[in-house]
This record gives sequence, C-alpha cells and structure tokens, in this order.
Amino acid sequence: MNSAILADISEGFWFPPAASTFAKQVDFLYYAILWISIVFFIPIVIAMIYFMVKFRQRPGYKGSPEALHNTPLEITWTVVPSFIAIWIFWEGAVGYLNMAIVPDDTVDVAVYASKWVWNFKYKENGAESPVLYLPVDKDIKLTMQSKDVLHSFFVPAFRAKRDVVPGRYHYLWFHPTKEGEFDVFCTEYCGDNHSTMITKVRVLSEEAYKLKLAELAKEPEDIVERGKWLYERRSCKGCHYAGTEGAKGPGPSYNGSWGKKVPLANGTEVTFDDNYVKDSILNPSIAARKGYETASAMPSYKGQLKDEQIDALIAFIKSLESTPGSSK
Amino acid sequence: MSAVTSPMTTPVASPDKSPEHHYLNHSSGFLSWALTLDHKRIGMMYLAGILFSFFLGGVFALAIRIHLWNPNLDPEAAWLSNATYNRVFTLHGAIMVFLFIIPSIPAALGNFLLPIMLGTKDVAFPRLNLGSFYLWITGLLFFTFTLFSSGIDTGWTFYTPYSIESKSAVEAATLGVFILGFSSIFTGLNFIVTINTMRPPGMSWFKMPLFLWAVYATSIIQVLATPVLGITVLLLALERFIGIGIFDPALNGDPVTFQHFFWFYSHPAVYIMILPAMGIISELMSVHSHKGIFGYRMIAYSSIAIALFGFLVWGHHMFTSGMADVTTIVFSALTFTVSIPSAIKVFNWLGTMYQGTVALNTPMIYALAFIFLFTIGGLTGLFLGALSTDMHLHDTYFVVAHFHYVMMGGTLVAFLGGLFHWWPKMTGKMFNDTAGIFSAAIVFVGFNLTFLPQFVLGTRGMPRRYASYVQEFQQLHQLSTIGAMTLGFGLLVAGLVLLHSLFYGKKAPMNPWGGATLEWECSSPPPHDNFSSPPAVGDPYDFTTVEYDGKTGSYFKKKK
Repeated sequence: MNSAILADISEGFWFPPAASTFAKQVDFLYYAILWISIVFFIPIVIAMIYFMVKFRQRPGYKGSPEALHNTPLEITWTVVPSFIAIWIFWEGAVGYLNMAIVPDDTVDVAVYASKWVWNFKYKENGAESPVLYLPVDKDIKLTMQSKDVLHSFFVPAFRAKRDVVPGRYHYLWFHPTKEGEFDVFCTEYCGDNHSTMITKVRVLSEEAYKLKLAELAKEPEDIVERGKWLYERRSCKGCHYAGTEGAKGPGPSYNGSWGKKVPLANGTEVTFDDNYVKDSILNPSIAARKGYETASAMPSYKGQLKDEQIDALIAFIKSLESTPGSSK
Repeated sequence: MSAVTSPMTTPVASPDKSPEHHYLNHSSGFLSWALTLDHKRIGMMYLAGILFSFFLGGVFALAIRIHLWNPNLDPEAAWLSNATYNRVFTLHGAIMVFLFIIPSIPAALGNFLLPIMLGTKDVAFPRLNLGSFYLWITGLLFFTFTLFSSGIDTGWTFYTPYSIESKSAVEAATLGVFILGFSSIFTGLNFIVTINTMRPPGMSWFKMPLFLWAVYATSIIQVLATPVLGITVLLLALERFIGIGIFDPALNGDPVTFQHFFWFYSHPAVYIMILPAMGIISELMSVHSHKGIFGYRMIAYSSIAIALFGFLVWGHHMFTSGMADVTTIVFSALTFTVSIPSAIKVFNWLGTMYQGTVALNTPMIYALAFIFLFTIGGLTGLFLGALSTDMHLHDTYFVVAHFHYVMMGGTLVAFLGGLFHWWPKMTGKMFNDTAGIFSAAIVFVGFNLTFLPQFVLGTRGMPRRYASYVQEFQQLHQLSTIGAMTLGFGLLVAGLVLLHSLFYGKKAPMNPWGGATLEWECSSPPPHDNFSSPPAVGDPYDFTTVEYDGKTGSYFKKKK
C-alpha cells in the first residue's frame, strides 16, 4: 500500500480517503475553488464590516450621495470573475471527460440495483456477491442496471458517481489505487429504505481478488445456507429482515413467523407455511399482508427463481423459526 | 376603476372612534376580507397564509434534524421509521418550495407594494388577483389532504418511476402543485400587465424601483415556465391513473425525460425564489444607507439576464443522470454564465454602502446577513457547476447546504428583512428595533451552525435524503441539529417581535426609514385608495431631498 506517500491527501478535514485516480483531479479542483471562494469572500466581508463601521449613521456625520457609478470598477468586477469562471468550467469539463470516457482493457462487473440492495456479478467467472470485490490498480468498468426505480451508485473514496436508470445501461469506470474497505451509497432517492441501500467495496490485491472470486463462484451445498445465499443476492434482504423477531421493515419479517396464522390485506388469515411462502414469491399481490398497504409492492419472481431455489429459500425461512429473537 | 370597491364594503366613517381612515378599518367583517379586491388586504391574507405554511414546513424541518441527532443504524430503535422520515422530508421540501418560498415575496409583499410603488390604486386585474389567492388556498387544501391521508414520500421532485409506483398520495400532491402553478401564473400575468400599463407619467422603465424590476423579471419566469410544471405533473398523474407510458420504463417510457421536464420549470423557479429577494435587498441597502443604489442599470439588467439565463441551465441538476457528454458540458458552461450577474449584484450592494449614511437597524442587519449568506451560497455553487467536482458532490449534503444558503439564507432572510422594512407601512406599527436586531443575530448564528457542517458532511460523502447514516458523520449532524434549534428559536423571536408590535407598537410615521420610493408618500397604513391624488414621480433613489423631521420621527421630501 502506498498510503504513506499519499498521506497528506488521503484523509483530511474535508474529504474521505482518496482511493482512486479520480480523487487527485476532483480534490485539486475542489481546493482550488475553495481558495478562490475564500479570496473573494474575505474581502467582501471585510468591506462590509468596514463600511458598517466607517459610514454608520451617527450624530454629526453625513455621508455623501455621490458615488453611484464607476464604469472602470464595474467592468473590472464583471470581467475578472468571468475569466475565473471560465477556468473553473474548463478544469471541471476536462476532469469530467476523463471520468466519462471508459478506457480499454477493463475488469468488468455488472451491477444490479434494486430496492434496496446492490448485487454484483463478475464477468470473469459469473460469481455474484452483495459486496463489491475489486482488484487494486486496475481499470474497473461497471455496467449498471436497475430492476425497478432510479438508484445512484456512489463511492465517496473513489469520487465516482453515476445514476442507475431502469431500462438503460449506465457505465461507470474508475481505477482504485488503494487496498481497503470503502462505503458504497445509493444517492438517488428510491423509496422506503433508501438510506439502508449501503454496501461496501473491498479492494484487494490481485491474488486475494482471484481467490475471492473463486470462493464466490461456489454456491453453498447446504440447502439452508443456499437459501441464505439467495436471500442476500436476490433482493429479499432489502425489505424482509431475518434478524430481530417482529422487526418491521418495508415488508414483513421472516423471523418467528413460521407456522403461525398471519392476516392478509384482503381480510382473510393464512398459515405461514411452505405454500404461503411459495405463493408470496410467485404471486405477491394476492398474498399481500395486512399492515403493508402503503409499502412498495413486491415484484413477482415468476421465471426468475428456479423451483430448487425457491425450496432453498423456504428452507432458510423455516430455519429462522428455531432462533426467535436472535440476530442472524 | 369601479373594480376597486369591494362588493360587501360599507366605508366606516366614524371619525370619533378611529380618527384615521386606512385600509384596515375601511370596512369590517369576515366577508370584507374574504371577498376583498383590495391588493393590500389580499397581500395581508397571503402573508398570513404563507407564514402558516412556513411554520408547518419549519416543524417538519425540526423533525428531520431531531431525527438525525442519532445515526439510527437500527431502524427499529429510531424515532421515525424510514417510511415516516421520507414523508417528513418530502413534505418539508414541497411545502417550503410550493407553498412558502415561491409565493412568499411576490404574492405577499409584491401584492401589497407593487401598486403603491407605482402610485396607483390597485393591480390591473383585482378580481384575478383574488382568484389567485383562492387558487393558492385550494392548493394548500390539497397538501393538507395529503398530510392527513397517506402522506407523500417521493421527494418534492416527484422523480419517476418511483412516483408512479409509490402508494402515497401522489395524485393529491401533484394536483395541488398544478393548482398552485395557476395561482403563480395569474399573479405573474397581473404584475406584468400592471407594470407595463399602469406606471404613472414620469416613471420610465429606468425610474422604476429595483424591487419592481425584480418582480417584473420574476413574473416573466412565472408566466413562461410554470405551464411546463403544470403539464409535467399532469402527465405524471395520467401515468398513475391510466399508464400512458411517457415516463415509466415498464411501458417504454423514459424516466430521465421527467427530469428534463421537471427541471425546465424548477430551475427557473429557483430564480422565481431568489430574484424578488435580490429586489428587496436593493431597496434595503439603498434606503438604510440613505444613498442611491450603486450601478442602478447594472442591477436592473442583471435581473433580466438572470431571468433569461435561468431558462438555459436546468441540466445542471442532472449531471450524473446519464445525459450525453456534450450536453453535460454545455449545461455546465451555461451554468457559469448565471454566476456573473449574481456576483455583480453583490458588489453593487456593497458599493451602495460606500460613503453612505448607514443606519444599522433590523431590516439593514437582515440585509447584511443576506449578503454574507448569499455570497456563501453563490460561491458554493461553483463547486457544483464544475463537472468533475459535481460528480463527487451531486446528491450529497453539500447540495443541501448550498441550496439552503441560497434559498433560506438568501430568500428567507431577505423576506424577513423586507417584512421588517415594510411592517410599519403594512400595519402602521413600529416594532422594537433592539429585539429585532437580536432576532437577526440569532438567526444568523443558528443558520451558519446548521448548514456549514453540512458542506463538510457532503464533501465527506453523506448522501441526502437518508434517514440513517454511518457512525462517523454523527458529530457534524449533531452540530447541525443544535444549529437548527438555534435557528428555530431566532425565528420565533422574530415572530414575537412582530406580534408584540401589533399590540404595543408605537404608531408608525409615514416614512420611518427615509425611503424615496412612492410607498413612503402615503400614510402608514395606507388608506384604502393608497393616494388621494396621484403622487409626483421622481428618482426613486434620490436621497438628497429626503430629510428627517425630529418632531414626527418621520422623514419627508423637501419640495424643490
């Protein structure tokens, strides 16, 4: 890790750690504008306070109403800020083009955004993970798509952000320069649990990355483990909590429900069992629970999950019944 | 004009009880207000309405800040659930934007002052003016309905496709916005016609008070831009009712189109909010410095320049939305063109103080606070207009802090300054100036404490519209919450100072500050017809003939 060299800009009062090549240009322009702003702001405030004191209304003092116009001064304070504004624009546009034009030879990852989870799929071997793993010092290209509403992929440490729009592919590239773990936020409001649509990006050395990818490619053998694996990767986790019993997320919690009678939105009651869970996954509108009328509707998973995968999910949900109150 | 006489009024002519006849005691009874065509009474009703909206929006703002005292990493233990928090911040934004800031200065102060500043009896279309007010009330009712049904959780921007599938009361809110839009259009139309046709003999365009220039520029934007908002929210409502497939990707629509439509209005709307504030500041700086405005023409032209450029920069709200690179760069370039006229205005206001006789009273202190806060708001706009820094800062607290510095530190503070400035004229009462300055000081400190930490939060990566946050942000959030409480207290003090003056205030003289515009040439409060005979029109910023009379405590214009 080269953090020692970059220590002066790595984490200061203003910025989170600088962990991609974008950080240098963004932080430079930010500090440049900050100093330009200070250079403008301080004289404005000093002039204001000086005039407040010097020309204040007081007995025996009368100002002169003469100074109403001064063409050279007015031209100066129009032209000088104009040139500064042009420079700021230019620097910003050059930096932007660097961020917008994706280089060749990238490590490709597909990003699936849905309410309210991220899922990442690696082109190299088709492995999936809810946390993003990346190799250090490589150009990374994300191909992002949304399954439902607008989201936005943001890694503050990389200074990289792009909206994820349903019905379109959006691309984002960056070049991580540091190993470590950094926050990934959703920055486009996407409904109830927008603020929990957070995950991590782990930047690893080349070897560790290869190992991790091989490990991720393996689906767990055990049916309950595989159910949990799917729960984390197929958006269930965004709405349904598997932790504390009775925890009310945007959707009903699984924990402690198994075998009990639960009320439905249509006024009837139904037993929470294998059939009910299967119905809920394939045909969520008729299985909607009472008390969740104003929550976002769950999409149907018909055609998206195989029977064997639904079985695994059922096994996982059933397993939660035996550990009420405990966190997962 | 026969239209000026209210249908239900019977002039109160009881000289023994109220020796002075003015618009407040001109007639009495509920209907004399509810059906009035008097621009001053309509202005006062607007004032009451928007102050109520401001209170409502303020309560939501404090709820947001109280909730964010803790990181709320466990949503179960949080004060507000995520879904409730989303409704609270949406209502805060929607109420503040649509019900408070947009109508605040034009509809309340503008209605009251515009005809008086022109030396006329009323606006061009008094009935339309009353109609605008009732449209505003209808819009308010729609929002109140939203509040008591399932709320609204889309953010004030109603971004699709979430707003299409949201189960909150989006229809009621969008119809409310639609109706409020018409209120805004009619007011703008009324003001444009009034200024074009009813200026008194001798008041050429460049003899007009700068407040009127600002209101004129604002009205042009209102008339041209608001219909686009109307059609946008209507399309959104249709999308929800019958799924016409304009914005919904599931029906081959394009959600980014909605953003273009929305910001085509809502960016100019930013100037609907700030231009009248700049107009107020021009008046305040000049009157309380007892000196003509520095660079009158530059200020007037820059208002129009801002109004026109304001139509060309909507794309800067969408730099990360996936527009073409060329489009993105062009929008960034255009954005910087707006920064220059704003900078010019700040320099001109300072130039106005130079060699003046600066009275440091409540309105002036608010005006100086405006210059401080608006300058920060404007300068931080540079970070967001530049593309590479915006990639990092977009949709973070940096943006939240930036637009609060412009909208609240700018428009609200100017509105308060204007309210204190014209309060003696509107109510006929003087307020306690020391207490007023005290309120301005608390508002100033509270405001900076609330929003300065948010610049740092945003730069460090804190996204906006989050009900919870990672632990490391807590200290800055707590500072911001303490600031918000201080700010709320300052605003409460300001309100109490004004309320106190209504009951215990000294009677206001005709011209307490020494203004040279026409509103200071009628009594305080003005009579029903404003002027008994058309006032002589002079230079609105010629203070050489304005002198103080110690006996009445009022300034007067020396006859040349």
